[in-house]
Amino acid sequence: MKTKFQSRLMREARYAGTKHWWIWMIAALLPLAFSSQTLAFSGEEVMKKSQAAFLYPGKDFKARVVMKLINKDGQERVRELTMLRKNAGEPGGEQKYFMYFFQPSDVKDMTFMINKYPAKDDDRWMFIPAINMVKRIAAQDKRSSFVGSDFTYEDVSGRDIEDDTHVVEREEKVGDRDCYVVKSTPKGADSDFGYKFTWIDKANFLPLKEEQYDRKGARYKQFTADEIADVKGIPTAVKRTMKNLQTGHRTEAAYLKADYGLGIEDSLFSERFLRQPPRKWVD
Amino acid sequence: MLRTATLSAVLMLTPLAARAEITLSGFLQQDTAFNTAGQNPDGRHYKWLEERAQIKLDATGDAWRLLAKGDLAYDHLGRQNESELREGYIDYTGGNWDLRLGRQVITWGLGDLVFVNDFFPKDHEALFAGRPLEYLKRGVDAVKLGAYPEFASFELVLAPGFRESRIPDAHRFWLYDPMPTVVNRETVKPGQGDIGLRAYRDVAGYDAALYLYRGFQRTPSMRPDSMTAPAKITYFYPKLSVYGASLSGRAGEGVLSLEAAYYDSREDRAGSDFAVPNSQTRLLAGYQIQPMEDVSLGFQYYAETMHDYGAYLAALPSGFPVDKRWSHTVTTRLTQFFLHQTLRLSAYASYNASNGDHFVNPELRYSFTDRVWGAVGANFFGGKPWGQFGQLARDDNVYLQARYEF
Repeated sequence: MKTKFQSRLMREARYAGTKHWWIWMIAALLPLAFSSQTLAFSGEEVMKKSQAAFLYPGKDFKARVVMKLINKDGQERVRELTMLRKNAGEPGGEQKYFMYFFQPSDVKDMTFMINKYPAKDDDRWMFIPAINMVKRIAAQDKRSSFVGSDFTYEDVSGRDIEDDTHVVEREEKVGDRDCYVVKSTPKGADSDFGYKFTWIDKANFLPLKEEQYDRKGARYKQFTADEIADVKGIPTAVKRTMKNLQTGHRTEAAYLKADYGLGIEDSLFSERFLRQPPRKWVD
Repeated sequence: MLRTATLSAVLMLTPLAARAEITLSGFLQQDTAFNTAGQNPDGRHYKWLEERAQIKLDATGDAWRLLAKGDLAYDHLGRQNESELREGYIDYTGGNWDLRLGRQVITWGLGDLVFVNDFFPKDHEALFAGRPLEYLKRGVDAVKLGAYPEFASFELVLAPGFRESRIPDAHRFWLYDPMPTVVNRETVKPGQGDIGLRAYRDVAGYDAALYLYRGFQRTPSMRPDSMTAPAKITYFYPKLSVYGASLSGRAGEGVLSLEAAYYDSREDRAGSDFAVPNSQTRLLAGYQIQPMEDVSLGFQYYAETMHDYGAYLAALPSGFPVDKRWSHTVTTRLTQFFLHQTLRLSAYASYNASNGDHFVNPELRYSFTDRVWGAVGANFFGGKPWGQFGQLARDDNVYLQARYEF
């Protein structure tokens, strides 16, 4: 595809005629230079941009997340929570998550806090309202299911980019959106998937689709971003589905009332508010 | 009286309620626990058999919150109609302080069914009769003040009246009794309340806390009016102060918990009164890991040591069981989820290496829908006839819980 700048150069070259043969040369070389620049994004760079767009936008973020866990017979269970996120610094850096559960009723008022560190295990705390106790919980298995859904903790809050090697395999459309297709292969053997492909929107770097393959190379899980909404100018995946292709179980997550830049205080992420979550933040 | 206080509080808060968000919820529950090792002392075959309803009112304003949880139950084993205010309190949240007034459940410390710095009343009967976990704790009628300056957080609990832990009922459980022939018995509760303080903060990525308590033992001691010809036994709650600390944080792949406390038996500092527990040090080390998806494993080592062991031995009447100076207990818990975390298997086991006391509690819990769950489990006890669990050796039971939440 030619840019406006290239077209103008070509036009000028045509006017200039053969006298300005060097313009022709530049014009001829330009598409090469431009296209090599677009391809110059390495897989890792694309994933970094995608991480920034998908998991780090805004200084902070809040949404009411409604997850429907649907089995292959169509039976539904609902998990509903408020999710708050605050970034400590730049994309890829530390983050804090605070979650408050509304549903199901046996976990109502339960709260959950994660301090997420790049390239290090998270710290996690849970408040159990039944006995009014705050507990620190072990969290080395990031591939664990999040609240029993098809999403893992990493699907919700991100996976360390350094854990995989990333290669841009090709470019392809998802619907009418141009995407990079990135193949990611775990460096270690700790993962439940063998490799995965992610379709990343070239314009806004949101992952629109992801296909995970198990360690035997069989199709395993499929993620789709079903609806992208503009929230305060930030494209946000407000409807997402993760489907387990081997069991037929799927989870549909709707991010309702999504918002950015709310000024969430650091003090929220504390034992005090785990025990008594402030209404203004969890509603 | 507390109920009246809560009611008047509700009425006082009515104008505020106009701006508050009010939710009503609750559950209906059936609990059955039947004996597997023989009948109760009263001849019955069940440890627990009841239908229960709970209503929870939650009204939240801007800085205020009112929460009331009340239970109504019908007990088939002789207690008949029972009602209980499980919790009923008002919260006020200020900038860097807050206040909770009323009946509230408080849990401090890090132990899993092992209590070092959790000074608040428990319901041991509920645990041994296979009732849901939330019934392990009893509320205290207290004011709790929280202060959260930059350098640390503080919780001060002031209870004007003492509330004891509930021990198993001698009609339902076989309890060790060194003087079974004495039938004249009375219980004397402390006329004063108690006070607890917890200070906590982050120290290099670890959660560190200090604890202070001044009050009474939550479980009673017994004193006969005469050692040679006892005619009456008085149950009482000896004076106690506790100074404790805890630390928890990531270590290797899991979470390490450390806890220690000095139990100052103020009723008998010399340790020469056999009816009063000796001053103690309690130590706990716990480690929890997640070896694979949806599996959690926990291990605890717990030790108690008596400070005036010589005086204890000298004062102990002949014929009374002799405790060792050190008591070492190990516990383990496995929790595993299946079927998208709707089925939970949990197994807890505790073994005291000093006296052979042991307790095993496996449980399987399934959520049939988002509103209905059921559990089946068992409590198995064993050890010496005077041990904490050993005395319950004939109280083994299998239990069923079913709950509908609304």
